[in-house]
Amino acid sequence: MAEEVVLLDFWPSLFGMRSRIALAEKGIKYEYKEEDLRNKSALLLQMNPVHKKIPVLIHNGKPVCESLIQVQYIDEVWHDKAPLLPSDPYQKATVRFWADYIDKKIYDLGSRVWKTKGEEQATAKKEFIESLKLIEKELGDKPYFGGESFGYVDVAFIPFYSWFYAYEKCGNFSIEAECPKLIAWAKRCMQKESVAKSLPDQQKVYDFILQMKKHFGIE
Amino acid sequence: MGEEVKVFGYWASPYSYRAELALKLKGVSYEYINEDIFGNKSDLLLKYNPVHKKVPVLLHNGKPIVESVVILEYIEETWKHNLYLPQDPYDKATARFWIKFIDEKCFPTLWLAAWSPENEREKVTNEACEYMKTLESALNGKKFFGGETIGMVDIVASSVGYFIRVTQEIMGLNLLSADKFPQLFQWSEDFANCSIVKESLPPRDKLLPFVKGLIAKYQQDNAKA
Repeated sequence: MAEEVVLLDFWPSLFGMRSRIALAEKGIKYEYKEEDLRNKSALLLQMNPVHKKIPVLIHNGKPVCESLIQVQYIDEVWHDKAPLLPSDPYQKATVRFWADYIDKKIYDLGSRVWKTKGEEQATAKKEFIESLKLIEKELGDKPYFGGESFGYVDVAFIPFYSWFYAYEKCGNFSIEAECPKLIAWAKRCMQKESVAKSLPDQQKVYDFILQMKKHFGIE
Repeated sequence: MGEEVKVFGYWASPYSYRAELALKLKGVSYEYINEDIFGNKSDLLLKYNPVHKKVPVLLHNGKPIVESVVILEYIEETWKHNLYLPQDPYDKATARFWIKFIDEKCFPTLWLAAWSPENEREKVTNEACEYMKTLESALNGKKFFGGETIGMVDIVASSVGYFIRVTQEIMGLNLLSADKFPQLFQWSEDFANCSIVKESLPPRDKLLPFVKGLIAKYQQDNAKA
């Protein structure tokens, strides 16, 4: 059956990157459509009327929204190649917990690092580093969060690596100095073609963040 | 088979309730431990949920699972009868979407609308109404979000259908009204009337004064900030 897969996305989106990686891991051919978020397409508004956000995965005309839901969907539909989630329910619960932690804590704290300044930023930076250290502890000595193989938490978290340079420049700190194991893990992930071709260049992301800061009046 | 299932919860917590309802729907026996979350959290709770230090915690044969939605997915995958998630990946993704929507948009905004100071209340209330309209559209003429029987979306929506309704009673608000949201209102009635739900919900006469006290505390804290 001819499968039609489309991804509505925006190149620096941490969330879009997850779906790009999952699709690449499974070797799925898809059409990538870049959205201009200041001028959202009719297709985007039709496919995600509730949130009007990217990424949207459209599979044979039907939309799936929210990046982690998309990654789970991709894993369930194309289940015979490169499994991303473990099959054991307890291990599955563990990976879902950490993906949730990444979205609830790490993402928000990271946003505050580049969006704020002064004392607010100092607090955000401290908490951000603490959250990175916690997830680094979870990684331990494993090559990937998924153990021997690249898995769900790796997919959920590796996009942040493309934003590390931007966080570091905005917050004036070094993530490698604080979390060397995390950087080693990230570089290992970047060796994978699915990751390398899904993540934008760190300098490009930083330039984008600088533009956003100007736009929001945060200097 | 010797299964040891425990739930560390709080009697008035809508999140804790979800875990209990799911186990009851599966007919799984469990030991319930009520945590003093406003006073003194037990050493066990802090041991089993060191990251968030919150209820609910599901303990299955000594292994902890935390975060209510993660717990619901675990229960579904472990006790594979009386399923409450669709089998089809697309329908499953749709259910997960609504669950996220309830937890990130509906529920927090409705709660905010209950205790917000007067000057902010209108804006939050309008937002909450928009979200409820959207949630109602997910029902799409069905009795429950899960179809003919309660599904995972219904379990999560109990936060709105029961706990928020109680909250609104206290505040004299009428957000989830039969005339504004007839389908959603009917759903909340049908849901609360299911025997398995009815026998497990925290009693209204106990919940009312508790939520009243909680709202007063939120308003006080907000005034100080």
